Amino acid sequence: MDQASAVDIRKVNKFYGPFQALKNIDLTIPPGKVTCLIGPSGSGKSTLLRCINFLEEYDSGEIRIDGQLIGYDAPGKKSSGRKLREMRRGIGMVFQQFNLWPHMTAQENVAEGLIRVRGLPKADASARAADALRKVGLGDKMANHPARLSGGQQQRVAIARAIAMEPRLMLFDEPTSALDPELVGEVLTVMKTLAGEGMTMVVVTHEMGFAAHVADQVAFMEAGELVAVDAPDRILHQPQDLRIQSFLRTYHERNAF
Amino acid sequence: MFSIQTFLDAFGPLAMAARYTLLVSGLGIALGLVIGALICAAALSKSRALRRFAAIWVSFLRGVPLLVQLLLMFYLLPVVGINVPALAAAVITVGICASAYIAEIWRGAIGALPPGQTEAAAAIGIAPTTIWTRIVLPQAVVMSLPALVNELILLVKASSLVSVVGIMEVTRASQAQAATTFRPLEVYLAAACIYLAINLCLAGIGRWLEHRAAV
Repeated sequence: MDQASAVDIRKVNKFYGPFQALKNIDLTIPPGKVTCLIGPSGSGKSTLLRCINFLEEYDSGEIRIDGQLIGYDAPGKKSSGRKLREMRRGIGMVFQQFNLWPHMTAQENVAEGLIRVRGLPKADASARAADALRKVGLGDKMANHPARLSGGQQQRVAIARAIAMEPRLMLFDEPTSALDPELVGEVLTVMKTLAGEGMTMVVVTHEMGFAAHVADQVAFMEAGELVAVDAPDRILHQPQDLRIQSFLRTYHERNAF
Repeated sequence: MFSIQTFLDAFGPLAMAARYTLLVSGLGIALGLVIGALICAAALSKSRALRRFAAIWVSFLRGVPLLVQLLLMFYLLPVVGINVPALAAAVITVGICASAYIAEIWRGAIGALPPGQTEAAAAIGIAPTTIWTRIVLPQAVVMSLPALVNELILLVKASSLVSVVGIMEVTRASQAQAATTFRPLEVYLAAACIYLAINLCLAGIGRWLEHRAAV
């Protein structure tokens, strides 16, 4: 097995009825590196990301996490819920809409997985949750419920919830798209710190600045196809493909004023 | 002439009868909560047959008047060889009827939860049953409180219908009282006061619960 990759995506196809959302995707995610998925809305980037932890079921092909096939025991034979849960423990995910549990405080949100999945005693879990929250700069907000936090703070709690589980891989699904512009920076800063520590990250994003400065590789998708994977510079500054050029032109026009 | 004395005297026997009103509506809602949870689970299950069963259960019980359901149950049980006291038959019927509404209340509350919350739990490997007990139900119960209090108040009033199977609850007791005293206005006004008092209490308890749960 190829241990040089954290995630190995091979010939993955995904259909919604007759609509093909992913077309024969091949992508290697190297360990300890940041991979950004970019592309227009509806291009399949989020779907691909969600296939990596099998929140979305792919129909054919293989996705391997550290060599282990996720979602299936063999082609066409889905693995048990228990096995899938074991694998998901090692994969953190951050969502566009934060998806915090509103009836729990920030600290309880982070501790929940440690208690229910890792089986830690409550006191241990609370202490680790506090560490994770301090790490994302929310040491003073632990007792707040999500409704009493800003969007940026909520997203940082969501990141703390994921990293408290000590994952070997983190998936980010447009983590800043639901935020007011002035709150985007604080979330990106936390993500940069994580990247600097050598976390393997896959990030679906519209933040081209983040992709340019933090990513080790950028993958461009359109209409369910992986158009190109390359160094950020070569995708964002010297794109060969017309579809990438057109996407970036639209992006620059929208951001120019 | 309106007689204050008759009005006040009516409260004694009616308060005794209120025990049955509370018993029928209290046990009725308790039974309705349990059966309602099961029906709601059936409605949300993966099994087509169970979903179909839940749909038929809800539409039948919501579509037939409680009065007719009571009479049906009262005459049906002996036919199938079940002999239970009228009070038990009344409680069961009220409970079953309430279960249809309660199942819908819970289905609505659960459906109102953003699916992202269960997704986030599944993504870190929390097991489905734990997702239900820790994430879905605590919130669904709180969200359903106003509707459940509303249902309980409706049941207290609907319990007047069990008088048709001979249970001496507030409405039937007031009819008897009116017939013996020839003072229907005073007696029925006293009955109205008793229903109002019970329901104001329930509404108050409901508000208190909501306030506590909202913290």
